[in-house]
Amino acid sequence: MSHQPLAISHLSGHGLPLRGDDIDTDRIMPARFLRAISFEGLEQHVFVDDRAADSAHPFNDSRYTGASILVVNRNFGCGSSREHAPQGLMRAGIVAVVGETFSEIFQGNAAMIGMPCFAADHQSIDRLQSLIESAPEAIIAANVEDGSIAAGDVRFIATLPPALRDAFLSGQWNPTAMLLDRFEQVQAIADRLPYIRGF
Amino acid sequence: MAETLFHKVWNAHAVRRLPSGQTQLFVGLHLVHEVTTPQAFDMLRQHGWRVAFPHRTFGTIDHIVPTRSQQRPFLDVMAEDMAAALERNCREAGIPLWTPDNDNQGIVHVIGPELGLTQPGMTIACGDSHTSTHGALGAIAFGIGTSQVRDVLASQCLALDPLKVRRVDVNGALGPGVYAKDVILTIIRRLGVQGGVGFAYEYGGSTIDGMTIDERMTVCNMSIEGGARVGYINPDAKTYAFLRGRPFAPQGPAFDRAMVWWTQIASDANASYDDRVTFDAAAIEPTVTWGINPGQSVGVGETLPTSGHDEAFEFMGFRPGGRVSGTKIDVAFIGSCTNGRLSDLEAAARIVRGHRVSPHVKALVVPGSRAVSKAAESRGLHRVFIDAGFEWRGAGCSMCLGMNPDRLEGRQVCASSSNRNFKGRMGSPTGRTLLMSPAMVAAAAIAGEVVDVRTMLHGVGV
Repeated sequence: MSHQPLAISHLSGHGLPLRGDDIDTDRIMPARFLRAISFEGLEQHVFVDDRAADSAHPFNDSRYTGASILVVNRNFGCGSSREHAPQGLMRAGIVAVVGETFSEIFQGNAAMIGMPCFAADHQSIDRLQSLIESAPEAIIAANVEDGSIAAGDVRFIATLPPALRDAFLSGQWNPTAMLLDRFEQVQAIADRLPYIRGF
Repeated sequence: MAETLFHKVWNAHAVRRLPSGQTQLFVGLHLVHEVTTPQAFDMLRQHGWRVAFPHRTFGTIDHIVPTRSQQRPFLDVMAEDMAAALERNCREAGIPLWTPDNDNQGIVHVIGPELGLTQPGMTIACGDSHTSTHGALGAIAFGIGTSQVRDVLASQCLALDPLKVRRVDVNGALGPGVYAKDVILTIIRRLGVQGGVGFAYEYGGSTIDGMTIDERMTVCNMSIEGGARVGYINPDAKTYAFLRGRPFAPQGPAFDRAMVWWTQIASDANASYDDRVTFDAAAIEPTVTWGINPGQSVGVGETLPTSGHDEAFEFMGFRPGGRVSGTKIDVAFIGSCTNGRLSDLEAAARIVRGHRVSPHVKALVVPGSRAVSKAAESRGLHRVFIDAGFEWRGAGCSMCLGMNPDRLEGRQVCASSSNRNFKGRMGSPTGRTLLMSPAMVAAAAIAGEVVDVRTMLHGVGV
C-alpha cells in the first residue's frame, strides 16, 4: 500500500491565543487519557484540567470556537514524549501552532502528523495574541515556504527547522516510506555494527 | 580528528542523508511499552509493513501496572486492554516481552541497563522521554513519539537532525546528604527547562566520574527536564564493571573485544564542544522543587524567589520569599525511572532505619523492577521500610504519572523521588509534587514535612 501524504504549504484560519511559558504535555493531555489503545476521541480531553480550573481558559472561550491556529509562548509542549498531545490538538481542529519556542520532541511529533510549529520572537507573538484577543474573527495566514505569518496589520517572519519545512513542502513529512526506500543500506549498517554482528 | 562520543555514534549509525536534509539514523536497540505503541503497531498493519528487526526490539509493561496486586487480568479494564494489546503485538512480531509475571519485568529505563541490553556506543529509541537515562552507559538514546515508534518498528530507523553537544562538567566532592538527584536538579535550575533544546548534554568532570552507574542514570534521566533530548556520559571502567556478566552483555572473550570498541567510541580528550558549562559540586545543596516545572527549585535551606513565577506560586500555595522546608506533606513516594534502583532504596533505608513514618503521611516504596525488588528483599530493605510504616509495592511507574491506581487525591502534597512536578502529573489535577532525592523523601516521610536530610545523618553511615 502506497502512502503519499499531501504537501503542506499554506495554512489559514482563526487563531486561538494561549498565553504562558512552559506549557507541558501533561497539561495538554493528562496521562489518565493515555489509557487507551487508539488516539480516537482525544480531542475531548485537550487541556481538560486547565479548562476545569479556569472557566476563562481560551479553550473554553466561545469566541475561539472553530479556531485552527494555536498561538503560544515559550517552550510549548515540554515534558513527556506522548504524541497524544499533538494528536489531541489536531483532532480538536488545530492545523498549525505559532509560538516563541517549542520542545524538540513536541515539534517533531507534531511534524510527523503534518502540524507545523512556527517559531518567532516574543514581541511578534505577543502582538498576534493581542490581535486575536481583540479581533477573534481575524484570519491568520501562515506560509510554510517563507515563514511569513499575517493577520490584520500584524505581519512577521517565523521559522521552521529547514528539514521540517522541506518535508512539509514536498509532502514527505511522514517519513516511513522514505526510510524503507533503501532498506539494503539499513541492513548494511546493521551488518557493520559490532554489537549486532557480534564482538 | 578529535570527536565527541555523540558524533562517533551518530556517524556509525547514519544510513544516508535523506532528501529532506535529515539523517536516516539506524536504531540499535528499540524498547517498547504499552502506552505509546498500540497505535504504532496498528499503523504498521494498515500499511502492510512488518517489524524489520524484531530481535533488536524488547518490550516491558510498566506505566499502567497496578503496584498493589499484579494479578491478571488487571482490575482496570483499560489497563488490561493495553497489556493484552502489547502481548498480542509482540507475539505476532516475535518481540520478546516481559510482563509483570516475569522476573525481568520493570520500568523500561531500569531494566534496559539491568539486563545489559543498554551498551556503550548504541543508538537507542523508546516511546518515552526519559529514554535519555540509557546515556549513563555511553549510549545515544532518544525519546520518541508514536509515529516515530512506527518508523522504528517498520525500518529500525529515525529521520533526525544532528544535535549540538554541550559539555556539562561537575567537579569536586558532593557534601554529605547530597546526591545525584541534587546535581541534576541544580543543573536544570541554572541552565533552564528549555536550555538544552537542540543539544545533547555530555556530563563529565570529577563528580560525574566518581558516581556509580545508578547515580549517572539519575543524572541522564532528567536531561529532558532541562530540554535536552539526549544526555550521556562517556563509558569508563565503572561502565564495563557494571555490564560484565549481565545477561545481554557480550560474554567471555567477546566482552574484552567489546571493551576495545567501547573505549574507542568515547569522546576524544581534545574533542571540541558547541558549548561548555561548569558546576562546583561543593556548592550543591539538597535540592527541592517548589514550583510546577523541574527548574523551579531551591536548596532546602534557601528562600524562594521574591518575584515572578505567579502561576507556580498560586498553584503550589507558596509565598514569594518563603521557604520550602517545613512544608507539611501528605504522601511520600520513593520510586520511578529516576530513583527506583537498588542504591536509591538503600540510601532511603539508611535514613528510615529505626524511625517511623509520620502518622499523617501515606508513604510508599515502589522498586523500579522486579530484580530491584528481589535484591532489596534479599538485603532485608523491605523490612526496614515496612517496619517504619511504608507500603512495599510491586514494580512499576506508580505515582510518577497517574496512569495506574497510585495517584494523589485533591490538593495533596507529595514528596517525590520522581522527575516531574507538572500540574496534574501525579493523577490529581490539583495535586502538588515536590521533587527531591530518595533520602530527602525518606526524611520528609519521617518528619511529616520537608526537612534537610543532613539533620538526620547523625550516626548514619552515608
